[in-house]
Amino acid sequence: MPAVSKGDGMRGLAVFISDIRNCKSKEAEVKRINKELANIRSKFKGDKALDGYSKKKYVCKLLFIFLLGHDIDFGHMEAVNLLSSNKYTEKQIGYLFISVLVNSNSDLIRLINNAIKNDLSSRNPTFMNLSLHCIANVGSREMAEAFAAEIPHILVAGDTMDSVKQSAALCLLRLNRTSPDLVPMGEWTSRVVHLLNDQHLGVVTAATSLIATLAQKNPDEFKTSVSLAVARLSRIVTSASTDLQDYTYYFVPAPWLSVKLLRLLQCYPPPEDAAIRGRLTECLETILNKAQEPPKSKKIQHSNSKNAVLFEAISLIIHHDSEPTLLVRACNQLGQFLQHRETNLRYLALESMCTLASSEFSHEAVKTHIETVINALKTERDVSVRQRAVDLLYAMCDRSNAQQIVAEMLNYLENADYSIREEIVLKVAILAEKYAVDYTWYVDTILNLIRIAGDYVSEEVWYRVIQIVINRDDVQGYAAKTVFEALQAPACHENLLKVGGYILGEFGNLIAGDPRSSPLIQFNLLHSKFHLCSVPTRALLLSTYIKFINLFPEIKPTIQDVLRSDSQMKNADVELQQRAVEYLRLSCIASTDILATVLEEMPPFPERESSILAKLKKKKGPGKLPDIEEIRKEKNANINGGTEPVNASTNAKASPPPSSDLLGLGGSSTQNAAPPASTGGSLLVDVFSENNSTTPPGSVRPRRGRELLQVCLQNLGRMYVFFGNKTSTQFLNFSSAVLNVHTKPADPTVEGGAQLQQILNIECVTDFMEAPVLNIQFRYGGTLQNIAVKLPITLNKFFQPTEMTSQDFFQRWKQLSTPQQEVQKIFKAKHSMDTEVTKAKIIGFGVALLDQVDPNPTNYVGAGVIHTKTTQVGCLLRLEPNTQAQMYRLTLRTSRDTVSQRLCELLSDQF
Amino acid sequence: MQFMLLFSRQGKLRLQKWYVPLSDKEKKKVTRELVQTVLARKPKMCSFLEWRDLKIIYKRYASLYFCCAIEDQDNELITLEIIHRYVELLDKYFGSQVCELDIIFNFEKAYFILDEFLLGGEAQETSKKNVLKAIEQADLLQEPRHEYFNVPVY
Repeated sequence: MPAVSKGDGMRGLAVFISDIRNCKSKEAEVKRINKELANIRSKFKGDKALDGYSKKKYVCKLLFIFLLGHDIDFGHMEAVNLLSSNKYTEKQIGYLFISVLVNSNSDLIRLINNAIKNDLSSRNPTFMNLSLHCIANVGSREMAEAFAAEIPHILVAGDTMDSVKQSAALCLLRLNRTSPDLVPMGEWTSRVVHLLNDQHLGVVTAATSLIATLAQKNPDEFKTSVSLAVARLSRIVTSASTDLQDYTYYFVPAPWLSVKLLRLLQCYPPPEDAAIRGRLTECLETILNKAQEPPKSKKIQHSNSKNAVLFEAISLIIHHDSEPTLLVRACNQLGQFLQHRETNLRYLALESMCTLASSEFSHEAVKTHIETVINALKTERDVSVRQRAVDLLYAMCDRSNAQQIVAEMLNYLENADYSIREEIVLKVAILAEKYAVDYTWYVDTILNLIRIAGDYVSEEVWYRVIQIVINRDDVQGYAAKTVFEALQAPACHENLLKVGGYILGEFGNLIAGDPRSSPLIQFNLLHSKFHLCSVPTRALLLSTYIKFINLFPEIKPTIQDVLRSDSQMKNADVELQQRAVEYLRLSCIASTDILATVLEEMPPFPERESSILAKLKKKKGPGKLPDIEEIRKEKNANINGGTEPVNASTNAKASPPPSSDLLGLGGSSTQNAAPPASTGGSLLVDVFSENNSTTPPGSVRPRRGRELLQVCLQNLGRMYVFFGNKTSTQFLNFSSAVLNVHTKPADPTVEGGAQLQQILNIECVTDFMEAPVLNIQFRYGGTLQNIAVKLPITLNKFFQPTEMTSQDFFQRWKQLSTPQQEVQKIFKAKHSMDTEVTKAKIIGFGVALLDQVDPNPTNYVGAGVIHTKTTQVGCLLRLEPNTQAQMYRLTLRTSRDTVSQRLCELLSDQF
Repeated sequence: MQFMLLFSRQGKLRLQKWYVPLSDKEKKKVTRELVQTVLARKPKMCSFLEWRDLKIIYKRYASLYFCCAIEDQDNELITLEIIHRYVELLDKYFGSQVCELDIIFNFEKAYFILDEFLLGGEAQETSKKNVLKAIEQADLLQEPRHEYFNVPVY
């Protein structure tokens, strides 16, 4: 046991912890814990009332057990009891337990909130602080609902103690983060701003954090904070290091507060008032000057906190992006850090310079450090630092240095860590394309990429090189020659074979004049690698072969022999077999003219944003990537991600759709049973909407892999189900039934090849969760077949949209305010967060999309009524996208909790 | 700040403070992943790393690792000093150098001190004096120990 045991030692707790530490094995530990849990349980259950001390001790033990990683499912009530103890330590342990083990059990929340309410109004500052800490730690919606309105008053009241103000400010900050809608702006905001002038620096620090958070979302509300923040900052940076007493940290005056103030100023553009602006510029200059002064202490804490302020000042300078001298000075300062012996500083300098590179004022200044950065790439021992160096090289790249940077990145790629290879490949590919003056250099670069890191070259990269070669006729001959040479290597990467195969198929004729690369030699070269490749590559090569037949009639018989061989004709892979058969037939029956038309050279691809860039953006997230597009002020908003031009065009050109059934085997299609109301694409494909669209036919494939039955659904107010017999044999005893849905009985016999129609009339009796299931039964041959198909009927199909005014909407919204009526879900976006698509999805869901209701125009608000046989359920919904975080928050309020729940699940699935 | 973790060189979690709502399962997953990542790093490496969309700031003191997760726009260096100031507070409270055992046996105190210093993931009071004053005042409110000397342990 440790010598120090301050305050009240709970001996029993210390003994228990010692016991746990002495356990030799995991099993022993579990055994000891179970013994303790049993003991505590019996104490809590016992008849004898426990005194406060024992209760505290046991609750603390439970907490310890929980923190060891074990589940705790009792003791909450005892902890809540401790909250109302008038002994400080008991209360404190109670609050700690609640903070760590929050439970959304609503009964308890009510009790907890009651206890908090008592402490908040106790006027005892230590009790008030404890309760505020608890609210800040738990930060749940229930607590926000109960206290968000009250805390601002505590914060700005004249007689509140400083320490309570500090807790209240950060408590409010936390509630604003978790439930911003519940923290109302109001008259108190201007008084909070004035806390920036407070005597007590601790209060100022906490208040600045709060204001910086609130100002991000409501900049106008807190505009007056700018001048106060500048004034405060100015006083701090000009103060002597001893002025601020205990707020000076290793000779740096109030570093935390300085960072916070600089952060707050980054919520705003440069101040318009010349005097304030001048004062701020002075502050920033002072901070930059101080960086040049000799350190006042050798301690790392001194330099860290000083530089923390410096980096935040540089962030502000970059954010304003308006003072060229400051930007260049910032850049020079960071340049010094690039060679600092502290790894941390080098890392941060590289990171910060990335953003500087995007300013037109400092782009050139950043470029002067290129040699240092390249050196960092070669010598840094920490991969995360090297990663930053790659990012910076990418950010500083322009036409003048592209060749050097790309060459260095390729060099580095040879030994780069596996974790960052794919990203480097993408970056090299983008830079090579963007800054290519000479496209032969581009082709060389990409082939080098494939040679060095073939495994990390994604499809987008090699699609792109083909797109570019096809679109630029000045490089086609060179490309053909280069891939031909590259393919000579005994072992070359499959991606090279794909590029090579495609390019030779299109442009092999351009080098066929040279006897060293005659048609036959080209073909033999490709075919020598054919058998080592995966199926998609072989499929691509087969297309190359048919193109060769068109380009080089003299080798047609050789190629036909290959196509005719058993390994192609009878290949186990359907796609390969089909291509071989079709290409062979095409080459035999088509005249030269037809062949030339079918296999004409690819037309140029439409110009579009590089799909690689889209991929890199996706990989890094929108905010993370210093966007070279934006630097050069080239706005290209249309992201055309994930295009697959090569595959698509190959198919369109040379191969009929693979589903066409050449051999009459039947059943080569691979569709599965129709999924109920699932949405395939990014848009809500509402198969049961009013526009009478038909579902794609779902095929039911029992066991042996052959299709027997096709079920088609069509909705025309009622639902039509079609049963198609895909076999030649009769189905006997045919029946189908849906639970609770009225159906006309179906004809008991379905002839081979025939179709049967059945009509379902569907009415919603009450709200429901599970989609109804259609049970189909029939006798096929001798065996009884049982098939269950979920019908795509979901609760939202019974919506009627309701238009209403903003006033009506909010009135109803407030009426539906009990916790059960509201269901909220916060979730990550699964698809792109396009506004139009989102609107279409909400309308497709069945509600009316209400314009100009939500004060925030980026939010979506909808209303509708669910009609069921017994009742009508009014529903209001609100969807708040956060594009930066790629998250949504969906709130549903209806008069019925199960409906809220179900609709929330259904709708949140769509985004 | 999104969360702070303290763990030993053996990977045992000694303190966890979460400033964002996560389920217990997620917390365990995050902890496991980060403990592994941080322990695998070599001494001279930089104290920052990117992890998911967060920045991880960590520093080792004797056998304990202090590890904070901050958001993209947060300041790395000042976070390192938050860690240091917390260590100073613990030192001061437990007398001389705080050791892992102090935190194990007085885990509740470690939480109380942290709450006085950081709240909602932001610095609440950066003055060492003021934080310790608050904690000591609380200790003064403790009931005298002798009251319990004769109370049986279980």
